[in-house]
Amino acid sequence: MARLKEKFFPFFLISPSVLIILFIITFPLGFSLYVSFTGYSLLTPGSMVFTGAENYITLIRDPVFWQSLKNTVIFLTIGINTELFLGLGIALLLARELKGGRILRTVSMIPMMFAPILVGFQFKWFFNDQVGMLNNLLYTFNVIQRPIIWLIRRDLAMFSILVGEIWRGTSFMIIILTAGLMSLPKDPFEAAEVDGASGFQKFRHITFPLLSPFIFIAMAIRSLDIATAFDIVQIMTGGGPAHRTELIWTYVYRVGIVDTQFGLGSAMSYVTVIISVGFAYYLFKQLLKTRR
Amino acid sequence: MLTKRGKEYIFTFLAYFVLILMLIPALWIIFTSIRPEVEVNAYPPVWIPEKLTLEKYQQAFFSSGVGEQTVPVRDYLKNSLIVSLGSAGIALVLGTLAGFAFSRFGFKGKDSLFLFVILSRAVPGIALSLPLFMLFVRLKLLDTLGGLSLVYIAYNIPFIIWIMDGFFREIPRDLEDAAQIDGCTKWQAFLKVDLPLCAPGLSASGIFAFLMAWDEFQLASVLTRSLSSKTMPVGLLEFTSEFVMDWRGMCAMAVIMFIPAIFFTFLVSKHLIKGLTFGAIK
Repeated sequence: MARLKEKFFPFFLISPSVLIILFIITFPLGFSLYVSFTGYSLLTPGSMVFTGAENYITLIRDPVFWQSLKNTVIFLTIGINTELFLGLGIALLLARELKGGRILRTVSMIPMMFAPILVGFQFKWFFNDQVGMLNNLLYTFNVIQRPIIWLIRRDLAMFSILVGEIWRGTSFMIIILTAGLMSLPKDPFEAAEVDGASGFQKFRHITFPLLSPFIFIAMAIRSLDIATAFDIVQIMTGGGPAHRTELIWTYVYRVGIVDTQFGLGSAMSYVTVIISVGFAYYLFKQLLKTRR
Repeated sequence: MLTKRGKEYIFTFLAYFVLILMLIPALWIIFTSIRPEVEVNAYPPVWIPEKLTLEKYQQAFFSSGVGEQTVPVRDYLKNSLIVSLGSAGIALVLGTLAGFAFSRFGFKGKDSLFLFVILSRAVPGIALSLPLFMLFVRLKLLDTLGGLSLVYIAYNIPFIIWIMDGFFREIPRDLEDAAQIDGCTKWQAFLKVDLPLCAPGLSASGIFAFLMAWDEFQLASVLTRSLSSKTMPVGLLEFTSEFVMDWRGMCAMAVIMFIPAIFFTFLVSKHLIKGLTFGAIK
């Protein structure tokens, strides 16, 4: 009996967590897989009939779906690289011994604490063509005579959204990378000093390799975040005008929730869930290798 | 060639400069919330305010709501606090227990179960919003604080397990054994030896769970309907209508939303960085 108890003890500890995840995440996901094979629409009663792969064929033929997938990839690529570049640069500044360093490091967390929806509103306003701070600044310093319509032109709108996303995300990068830099051992640097290595050589051959696990985890978490970006885009442009800034999740929202085509919406979200979980699977497999 | 001292000055200056630049958007929100209406929408822009006013904060908390269109910030704040603190607390307890089990016991299928739990975090909220909505309607969980909390608990558990598993793994087992030889039960050893050593992990994952629930908008916007469960991020939308936007009111609410987040984070900031990196990487 005692042996049996011992054997089931870990399951007893784990089961509440797993049950909640099954109920809130796995089960609904399974249900939406079923819905994705039906023509279900909230406004049409009795429309939850099996239609086979029809939804999936519709979305493969939908140019907007492909456009939004492409936009998401561009958004992710530019976003994650800029965040890493800025984050590493600022972390290198903050990890030094400097006056008020602790305060600066704490302050660098502030953007991360902003809700994405707040960031969306904040930058929607910052880039507003009538009363926005940016146009106001440009006007005051006579750079422009007429307001620039940031959130309407495709490139400018994408740029504006990226600024918001990067503003919040860089903060997270800074925290992880600063902590990483400060935890590095001192000896290799002292040895390099003796050998007369330059600052860049030290960075290239000591800092960067030692820091790489931190870079990896920061990039893993952030790229999953950016790939599922919704709030900021939804608030700033809503994917528009005319799908110009449509990302995959704003499009799923438009089709599934605004147009209430649950079936088609589920099919779209399913395709993207598989991509994003597959991506996460690859990342965490790598991480687990070092852990176990 | 610069002296070492000169270089230090330049780097210090750069650090301060970059961080101030980063904070400008946040400071501008605070600034706007206390400016008079006419200045916010003025063109050409007004940079230096004539006078400051707390009018919007008064409206947010003490408005009667009669005759004027105001947003019931007080109710949303209450809902947000209940949901965020409640879900973070429960997720922390459940996730810590599970993390402990994953780190200390070997059993069949452990690695797959661990991966399953972690990967469930990668499912974006919006993919779940449709089926969860239908499920919650059926179970009468729609528009309840309990229903929303349950969702946030499920979303936070994987991250907490990940961090806590990393921490428990680093604690030498001998410590626990020694405690048991001294007469502690297994349970007492867990509470008195393991848990205190994991304080950084607990505070880091706790604050992240809190912030996630505090900031979440997408699921809350689908799963809440009325005053009885709407949270602050959803309430924020009410400052926008089709033609006008109450920027100042929104900024005031943003500041109110921001204060608890900053308070809790700074409270544990000493542990935060250590907890996050140590638990996530080791």
